[in-house]
Amino acid sequence: MGRSMTEPALCLNHLSVAYRSGGRDRAVLRDISLKIAPGEAYGLVGESGCGKSTVALTVVRYLPRNGKVTGGSVALDGADVMRLGPEALRDLRAKKVSMVYQDPGRALNPSLKVGRQLVEVFEAVGVPPAEREPRALETLKKVRITDPGSVMQRYPHQLSGGMQQRVLIAMALASDPAMLILDEPTTGLDATVQADVLDLITDLRRELGASILFISHNLAVVAQMCDRVGVLYAGMLVEEGRTREILASPRHPYTVALLRCLPRGAQQKDVGRLDTIPGFLPTPGALMSGCPFAERCALADDRCRTEVPELRESGDRLVRCHYPERAADVPRSTPADVAVPKPAGVGAPVLRASNLSKTYGQGGGAIRVVADVSLSLLPGETLGLVGESGSGKTTLARMLLGLVPPDPGGLIELDGKALAASLDRRRDEEVKAMQIIFQNPDSALNRSHTVGHIIGRALRRLGGLRGADLDSRLDTLVAAVRLAPRYLALRPRQLSGGLKQRVAIARSFAGDPRVVVCDEPTSALDVSVQAAILNLLAELQAARAVSYIFISHDLGVVRYLSDRIAVLYLGRIIEIGPSERLFEGPNHPYTEALLSAVPNIEGAQNARIRLSGEIPSAANPPRGCVFQNRCPRKLGAICETSDPPLAEAEPGHLISCHIYEQQFLGAAEIQGQRRRTHDRKAEGV
Amino acid sequence: MKGATIVLSARRQDVLASLFRSSPFLIGLIIVAFWVICALFGSHIVPYDPYAEDILNALTPPSIEHWFGSDQLGRDIFSRVIVGSRDILTVAPLATILAICVGTVLGLLTGYFRGIVDDLISRLIEAKMAIPSIIIALLAITALGTSKMTVVIIIGLSFGTVVARTVRSAVLSERDLEYVAAAKLRRESAVHIMFIEILPNILSPILVESTVRLGYAIFAVATLSFIGFGLQPPSPDWGLAISTNYAMVSGGYWWTVLFDALAIASLVIGVNLIADGLHGALDD
Repeated sequence: MGRSMTEPALCLNHLSVAYRSGGRDRAVLRDISLKIAPGEAYGLVGESGCGKSTVALTVVRYLPRNGKVTGGSVALDGADVMRLGPEALRDLRAKKVSMVYQDPGRALNPSLKVGRQLVEVFEAVGVPPAEREPRALETLKKVRITDPGSVMQRYPHQLSGGMQQRVLIAMALASDPAMLILDEPTTGLDATVQADVLDLITDLRRELGASILFISHNLAVVAQMCDRVGVLYAGMLVEEGRTREILASPRHPYTVALLRCLPRGAQQKDVGRLDTIPGFLPTPGALMSGCPFAERCALADDRCRTEVPELRESGDRLVRCHYPERAADVPRSTPADVAVPKPAGVGAPVLRASNLSKTYGQGGGAIRVVADVSLSLLPGETLGLVGESGSGKTTLARMLLGLVPPDPGGLIELDGKALAASLDRRRDEEVKAMQIIFQNPDSALNRSHTVGHIIGRALRRLGGLRGADLDSRLDTLVAAVRLAPRYLALRPRQLSGGLKQRVAIARSFAGDPRVVVCDEPTSALDVSVQAAILNLLAELQAARAVSYIFISHDLGVVRYLSDRIAVLYLGRIIEIGPSERLFEGPNHPYTEALLSAVPNIEGAQNARIRLSGEIPSAANPPRGCVFQNRCPRKLGAICETSDPPLAEAEPGHLISCHIYEQQFLGAAEIQGQRRRTHDRKAEGV
Repeated sequence: MKGATIVLSARRQDVLASLFRSSPFLIGLIIVAFWVICALFGSHIVPYDPYAEDILNALTPPSIEHWFGSDQLGRDIFSRVIVGSRDILTVAPLATILAICVGTVLGLLTGYFRGIVDDLISRLIEAKMAIPSIIIALLAITALGTSKMTVVIIIGLSFGTVVARTVRSAVLSERDLEYVAAAKLRRESAVHIMFIEILPNILSPILVESTVRLGYAIFAVATLSFIGFGLQPPSPDWGLAISTNYAMVSGGYWWTVLFDALAIASLVIGVNLIADGLHGALDD
């Protein structure tokens, strides 16, 4: 860190950026000023559409053709980026600043070997040819890639997402940049992989002393990674300060509301509702006569609507609000108390699945995506399914729905009656009883049909309604999912993500289903929208006693909505139990690792359990326990030879692990031994 | 096909705006519009009756009286070229419409059902494609006799198989989207899923394919006429004119062939420019 401490690594000075569209300049960044000191990590958070990525693009002058800087300046390491000539700009991009983007699969060239792409980076930096390859190997080692030689010889698709992101970080480090811009670097990665990559970035920061601009929608990740944080709203910086202080005691009503939207800790659907933010983000380029958040802020008065607040110092931070001292008391927009008590867990199981397996392919290439899964679901209960990509969550859900036939031998029962494996052979009533809310509403809603047609058709087919009955039911259903009637005439592409998901929810509830599978219904949504959708699901469940199978990779979300949780690993349920028990432990070693991988908003370091290696391929699972090759608590030979059964660690809490099996069997075994001695005695007599 | 018209109207503004900013599309449109006007009103505006023979003025080179010269029967070539657009502009579009209908249905069936239906129909289509079209055309025409309708059916069915493959691949990328699964979970019939759910979403590739096919159909009609199996004399059809006159080019009577050839070329280019423009505008 030989740079002068007075010179910030990055300095945005009253930066404004606009995109030209429809013949008009639309402001996307307004008057943003921020400084990042050398060696500092600065987090930029905000929901989609607030301009986070535009900041990153502006810093290296990668704005699209219709974008332009309408005011202010950007200084990188003292150089005014906007005034650089082409040659100097190339030099700056090659040597001083590096970027890592969200989707590592798309940032690498699929038809070139990783080594070749790395060597190219060193070429751009100006390293002599003979040194390029050794330097590439060295950088790969630096990002903790074991066996860098073989990784160099591979194509990007032969690496996992986490490895790809490591390679990209290696490329970003090639020039030993003063400034590292990370744009959602772990979004889309699994929890344990994300934890790995974040650890790596933390370590590298210590070693290299580069400044980091860390862009993320995930407040918890920012809490873990960054010294300071800036909150963006509608292209404006609304609050900035030390991460811990901002997240612990926010002063801008938007930050306050955003933090309240997150399902945290022990918050559960039957204890309290999440808060939501009413209204919508202003459209880019909207004229602002006052505070951008005024329309959605419960504290807003006439002054807020007519006078744009300045970014002012308020104690230990900067806040763009007329009344920062009142922000903490901003009233909730959704009452926390729950009107209806939870009806869960009564009566006989509505759905029961036993020994479900799914194998794709045949013979040697057979891949067992789901292996021998059994579960049951009570009326009004939510069963959370947690697992990383490739764990078989979605396939399991699709088998239950009949969209994918299970291997012979599996049994699915609805209300005690066996269901046909394939949807075509199920009875109308049975099909109606089980519906699904898909992850991506863009592909789940037919883009050629109007909202009214989509929901109406479902009511017609699933509810068997016609004419006036259908119309009145449509109105009730649309009101139940909080959609304004004017949306009925629109097509999905004209709606925001949250509204689209509401349409999908309305459609799945059209036939009064008994079981609704929610397949990551909020993973494509912003935090504030997610809170509203989760609340809606909780309300619908309370009102209709419907059961959910809730699939998610976000443990906080699963915890909020689930009564019981099942953890899947390589297509097997390795742990299943009541939600609160699962979070308190004892746990399967994999669940322990999963729980410890989730960054929390308090920024407190969890006792980290890091898994070595990668999730094995389902085509070639390890012998014995499927988790044995990565398990930090492996017992020994027994784990490699025998697959532990799901054993009851405590009432209703089953864990598939030899550790608990032995504890549990302890008592039984002693009894068995006694019987054997007793038998022997009897023989002797 | 109510869904189909709705989706077109919803996107109409975006698409129209980008179409009218695309110069290939505009140039293509002008060329094709010119020939369509000729086909519709050509007989009223031409200086001579295209069928009137004038043996005394046979084979005159281009002049003030006969802009494109006259043929061996003394007929005015300019009038014949203008009016000659009529036959080709009825036969080729009809053939294309038939091809699109056949191809869309086959493509939906093979793409949606996959499995045995796909294997069967796709192998038949491939078998058909392995035989040169011209041989199939000649066999069919000998069997059915020459008429405009025969030409329409032959070109339509033969191009239908090509369209089917395009539609099939579009269906393949749609059928695994969740809205299809949602429709299955409503117990919609296969016909409903294919024609009401999927078809409206693949209209863009079908539209582009149909303009491309139209270009080829014009070519095919001209070719069939040229080898004597398409339109029959005394029709002023361009392909037919080239066929009857091409032997005379070596005698120096180039005008008897050149203008008909240019007419075919301009129409094909015009249609292809439109296809290009549509492809650009719809491919967003």
